[in-house]
Amino acid sequence: MLDLSFETPKPKVIQGAAQDWELVIGLEVHAQVSSNAKLFSGASTTFGAEPNSNVAFVDAAMPGMLPVINEFCVAQAVRTGLGLNAEINLMSAFDRKNYFYPDLPQGYQISQLYHPIVGEGEILVDMGPGVARRVRIERIHLEQDAGKSIHDMDPHMSFVDLNRTGVALMEIVSRPDIRGPEEAAAYVVKLRQILRYLGTCDGNMQNGSLRADVNVSICEPGAYERYQETQDFSHLGTRCEIKNMNSMRFIQAAIEYEARRQIKIVEGGGKVDQETRLYDPDKGETRSMRSKEEAHDYRYFPCPDLLPLEIEQAWVDDIAASLPELPDEKKARFVTDFGITEYDASVLTAEAENAAFFEEVARGRDGKMAANWVINELFGRLKKEDHDITESPMSAAQLGGILDLIAKGDISGKIAKDLFEIVYTEGGDPAGIVEARGMKQVTDTGAIEAAVDQIIADNPAQVEKAKENPKLAGWFVGQVMKATGGKANPKAVNEIVAKKLSS
Amino acid sequence: MSIDIETARRVAKLARIKVEDEDLPALAGEFNTILGFIEQLNEVDIDGVEPMTSVTPMRLKRREDVVTSGGMQDKILSNAPDAREGFFAVPKVVE
Repeated sequence: MLDLSFETPKPKVIQGAAQDWELVIGLEVHAQVSSNAKLFSGASTTFGAEPNSNVAFVDAAMPGMLPVINEFCVAQAVRTGLGLNAEINLMSAFDRKNYFYPDLPQGYQISQLYHPIVGEGEILVDMGPGVARRVRIERIHLEQDAGKSIHDMDPHMSFVDLNRTGVALMEIVSRPDIRGPEEAAAYVVKLRQILRYLGTCDGNMQNGSLRADVNVSICEPGAYERYQETQDFSHLGTRCEIKNMNSMRFIQAAIEYEARRQIKIVEGGGKVDQETRLYDPDKGETRSMRSKEEAHDYRYFPCPDLLPLEIEQAWVDDIAASLPELPDEKKARFVTDFGITEYDASVLTAEAENAAFFEEVARGRDGKMAANWVINELFGRLKKEDHDITESPMSAAQLGGILDLIAKGDISGKIAKDLFEIVYTEGGDPAGIVEARGMKQVTDTGAIEAAVDQIIADNPAQVEKAKENPKLAGWFVGQVMKATGGKANPKAVNEIVAKKLSS
Repeated sequence: MSIDIETARRVAKLARIKVEDEDLPALAGEFNTILGFIEQLNEVDIDGVEPMTSVTPMRLKRREDVVTSGGMQDKILSNAPDAREGFFAVPKVVE
């Protein structure tokens, strides 16, 4: 059994004017399901298409059109649930959430209020080596996404694109187990990582594939522990919901601002109103969305167009059998199998593709050295050009080849870096390049001795000084390295210089 | 449950149906008649009875994850009162 033990982080404490306050945070993450077609229609989900070209008559809510569920989207939700160790409900059902908005032609969103497809699960949110917060998941339900309104193309009109209308979303609802802005961001990072490992959501926040609504309240130190013991919400403060955030930075800034706003109200003798708020990144503040409040009477009722969704345990088991190794297990395995630090393992497992690349480099080689080269050299180089691992011009076999040359003593660490650059920019077989360009380390002591003798003969004054002060031997080593174009084995040079100077 | 005039007004507003003030009492009355009729169902004891979702034993129909529709911007926009550059153009809605 892999060791997944951890310590729980301390909650964030904010000092008010009068006393200390703690934060209680819960998130609702909307994750767009990775699929070809929409949840209830055969229109494409491709991002960035011509406006209103990925729209079926079902999405446009033409009269008489009926929704037919995309089975793959259901499988993706189940897969996500299994990846979060959650309960899968073999019977779930769809409800209508009624409201009017131009980007929702049906006048209702098909969602799952009463019987979600996924029940309780959990996520381990990493806060540093050996420190993690266990966050409970309350539920995941399937629902339709809305279209997109553009408000800045005309002073008097809004422009509506229904391409996103009807794309499948998973709403992933956490319990209020998150205790600070950093934890909230780390929660989204971890959730995104798991979804990407599972292949159920691409996690592209810029394109809106992952968006978070954040519930924030404040409480006095100790109150949260009373809530956890009793699960009685009355121990907690009144919460506000900050809608629709699509960046980790904004999530943190919005929570920080919102907590201070609530502290100010409560310390001033006021009461926090439960409401929906919007974060304004330009001003760095949240503001009330009163208009939304008024319309918040959704009159949910079971969708008469859709029978309950019944799935079979055998089908769920098949999906479970196809799950990949997930980040927590992979990280723990990397630490054990390759002898690398937990920190390095976290970096390497951040993306499944990175982890696979590292594993190929590390297999049969020194794990620490492989981690070092993948993280510092390769990731560093890729980052410089804003590339990710899938765009790497260097394959795992090529990098492995360089490491083999170092291990064999064919090249020094310094030459290896030059070789890395050549292979990265020009491609080719590392061993072949070393051979063809004469980059092989000189381990032949005869050749090194000759070079040392030459330097000693040319610099009699330095030799005298070095005999009095052995530290000056470094100068000779440097000269020899220079004379051999850096190819001399540094260890051999050191030994020979020391020997010659003391004779 | 009984619907008063204010509730009738609210329901009309949520449904985006314009109802004149003088028509509200009659509307509320009709609601109450309908609800009263339906309330008779509460007299039936349904403890332990599973909700019937269909009169025939049917399984929810599924589709495969294949793109079978789309690419008809002109048809989608053909009923729009106003459309520009491929978008529906509607009176400004801003939060």
